[in-house]
Amino acid sequence: MKTQNQRAWWFVTPVLLLVAFNALIPMMTVVNYSVQETFGDNLFFWQGLDWFEQVLTSERFHNALGRQFLFTFLILIIEVPLGIAIALSMPKKGPWVPFCLVTMALPMLIPWNVVGAMWNIFTLPDIGLLGYFMNHTLGLSYDMTQDPFAAWVTIIVMDVWHWTSLVVLLAYAGLVSIPNAYYQAAEIDGASNWAVFRFIQLPKMKTVLTIAILLRFMDSFNIYTEPFVLTGGGPGNSTTLLSIDLVKIALGQFDLGPAAAMSLIYFAITLFVSWLFYTLMTLNDNKN
Amino acid sequence: MRLKSLVPALYILFLMLPIYWLVAMSFKTTNEILAGFSLFPQTWTFENYTEILTDPTWYWGYINSIIYVTMNTVISVMVALPAAYAFSRYSFVGDKQLFFWLLTNRMAPAAVFALPFFQLYSAVGLFDTHLAVALAHCLFNIPLAVWILEGFMSGVPKELDETAYVDGYSFPRFFVTIFLPAIKSGVGVAAFFCFMFSWVEMLLSKTLTAVEAKPIAAVMTRTASSAGYELGLLAAAGTLTIIPGAIVIYFVRNYIAKGFALGRV
Amino acid sequence: MAQITLSNLRHSYSPNPSGDADYALKKIDLTWNDGGAYALLGPSGCGKSTLLNIISGLLVPSEGKILFDDQDVTSLPPAQRNIAQVFQFPVIYDTMTVYDNLAFPLRNRGRDEATVKERVTAIAEMLEVTDMLNTRAANLSPDNKQKISMGRGLVRQDVNVVMFDEPLTVIDPHLKWKLRSKLKELHQRVKATMIYVTHDQTEALTFADQVVVMQEGEIVQIGTPVELFERPAHTFVGHFIGSPGMNVLPCDVRDGGAFFGDELIRLEGPVQSNSDGAAEIGIRPEFVSVSGNGSGLDAKVRKVADVGRHKVVEAMAGDRRIHAILEGDAPNAGDSIKLAFKQSQTRLYKDGWLASTPGEGVQ
Repeated sequence: MKTQNQRAWWFVTPVLLLVAFNALIPMMTVVNYSVQETFGDNLFFWQGLDWFEQVLTSERFHNALGRQFLFTFLILIIEVPLGIAIALSMPKKGPWVPFCLVTMALPMLIPWNVVGAMWNIFTLPDIGLLGYFMNHTLGLSYDMTQDPFAAWVTIIVMDVWHWTSLVVLLAYAGLVSIPNAYYQAAEIDGASNWAVFRFIQLPKMKTVLTIAILLRFMDSFNIYTEPFVLTGGGPGNSTTLLSIDLVKIALGQFDLGPAAAMSLIYFAITLFVSWLFYTLMTLNDNKN
Repeated sequence: MRLKSLVPALYILFLMLPIYWLVAMSFKTTNEILAGFSLFPQTWTFENYTEILTDPTWYWGYINSIIYVTMNTVISVMVALPAAYAFSRYSFVGDKQLFFWLLTNRMAPAAVFALPFFQLYSAVGLFDTHLAVALAHCLFNIPLAVWILEGFMSGVPKELDETAYVDGYSFPRFFVTIFLPAIKSGVGVAAFFCFMFSWVEMLLSKTLTAVEAKPIAAVMTRTASSAGYELGLLAAAGTLTIIPGAIVIYFVRNYIAKGFALGRV
Repeated sequence: MAQITLSNLRHSYSPNPSGDADYALKKIDLTWNDGGAYALLGPSGCGKSTLLNIISGLLVPSEGKILFDDQDVTSLPPAQRNIAQVFQFPVIYDTMTVYDNLAFPLRNRGRDEATVKERVTAIAEMLEVTDMLNTRAANLSPDNKQKISMGRGLVRQDVNVVMFDEPLTVIDPHLKWKLRSKLKELHQRVKATMIYVTHDQTEALTFADQVVVMQEGEIVQIGTPVELFERPAHTFVGHFIGSPGMNVLPCDVRDGGAFFGDELIRLEGPVQSNSDGAAEIGIRPEFVSVSGNGSGLDAKVRKVADVGRHKVVEAMAGDRRIHAILEGDAPNAGDSIKLAFKQSQTRLYKDGWLASTPGEGVQ
């Protein structure tokens, strides 16, 4: 049991102040913009909820949101099973373990714009390793600056390259915490490999997998830099995800009102989906 | 068994290919790059690296990044420690709501905050300082640090605290000499994550700086746009940004397996 | 159900063992009779868990064979040996109900649901967990979890052997005796061979009909609890079983008699030939008597401990410590006393092994 202690507030005050400074003031700015119209010169007019209505009914927003959900959905259904599969086939101990972990974690420590630039260089049709291989060795026509499908495949593969390791490392951490006796007992009980996975490994990985999926959902839903550097949202608008569109509206067109309204809707969607997912994942724990 | 070890091997190969290409590119001359495809550099050149390491705009980009990342890591962990302790040990009015609110800030898209941050930090006169970036990154790193540390601290039995008080330790002394050593791997993991997310983030760091505190990421975009197609230089700059991460991860390699469970297994 | 024979078993964890020290099991020849209740007793690291894992098939021995009746199972995996094992820490499948946990080994072997239901119900009744069958196993207390692990071991009717690897380690002391007597009762009801591994002599002696004592990868004695107590085949067994353990005194064997210093000690019977020279006398504290004057060894009382039903006297004969267990009155610390050994229980050990046989006392 935790002790009741109101003085604990003193312990959280520094965190509260710093995060509030960074979160509340900008958030208020955003809210402020979202209900006003400006024609420059710091003159603002009350606009009510018009911007929200405009954003919510605009096809452009619907399309960006649709692309965003498609992107997040695709990377989740690829990265999570792939990450689990790799974690399952990794050695449990031995000299190869640190090697695997270090090399696998490396992509996550590369600045996001470098990730974009690296994949750009990697996929250049004539001088990139992948581009050359696709075009000249396999004889396919691959150019992600021209072909939306190629652009999509590339940003998906880039994200899989960038973040699958997060799932691998979390799942692996869950796996190594399973005592050997569980495997021995299952062997004696005559359990198949599938049963071992379904009834021992998966339940023990549940917590870390929940964390992994949540983190991957939030981060992929907010993704900006990597696809921006790689495709710039193109060709056309085919890879313009929510954040890219938002920055285009806010900093490119300087439509602050709609951008702010979109920001709030965007944030609300992220929050709601995270909450929904978390509730669903922990629902079972509270039974019995 | 053979087949099984093929899976991680292939995965690592997949991870290494783009990195290899970046590194290979950085040792090629511009002529060779533009001439066409070559799997290995035909004539090795260190020109790209020499340029970066002798041009202050370039190497100050690295120094700036390292300065604000270090500042952010220290600030985040320092303020997260007492807060995480409070969350793991005490219940107080609004604790759950506060914890949840902290975590929601991790969900906020950086793009949402780019413009307001610019205005806020300009208004308080911190624009284009290392501190501005370090503080801005606190938005997502402090919640993460609190959350990781809370996980590790909850794994330490409460009896440890009680024994220390019975033995006559004051709270600060107990915290520093007994409690911190007990969760030192947690502190390492939290610091690692703060370093990682501050080092790789670029939208905010680019927005909040102009000249004085310009991060390497922003220097790179300038090169890419203004000087046109200096791929070799860009590749060399990119290669150099991988090195700090590689060093940090090498130091924590033995904690990764357990640490990535964030104290929650 | 089968008789289990271990023949010439050796096991080393290193791939290229260079000497006896590299072997976790040195040389094991042993037969477990069908339906017996056995305990495998020894200190930590004596190789008992290794032996258990070899029988269950989790380990393949470096040398030697394991036979179930006449079938050589040495290289068969655990699932094909038809055995059951209960581990030190309760292993339960968290996401399943208690019922599904108990049904798991049967379902994996493709039994039909009617049989499963019948067996699970029967086992649940024996273990007194019927009212928990529909709860999630993750929510049980440790002793109930361990009961479910045992249940999974017992649920298959045809198992060759059920093995327990220190199953009571994580159980609260006041629940230990309950589970222990439950096990004993279960053995009588299901009549399967059971092997119980432990380092706790009380657990071993109360559970088993036959106790196998191991030390450093070797079996030092197999016997009933009474035999182990009365005629330890090795001084190690004497030390390990009993509280306090057997007194072991250095002696010199000459002219067919054993001398402790200058004192002739009367042994239970004749000693093996060529025992002359340095040897050891073993006598349990229970068979040492104390008198103020009379015949016996001169000794001085160092301390007396009252352990409830009896008192433990610790006396020094020269520089040798001798324990005696006394009922009723005991001398005080510092008293000079005489110690006498009950002749029929005084044994001679040569190089650690028993070297005297019961019979007419020798001079």
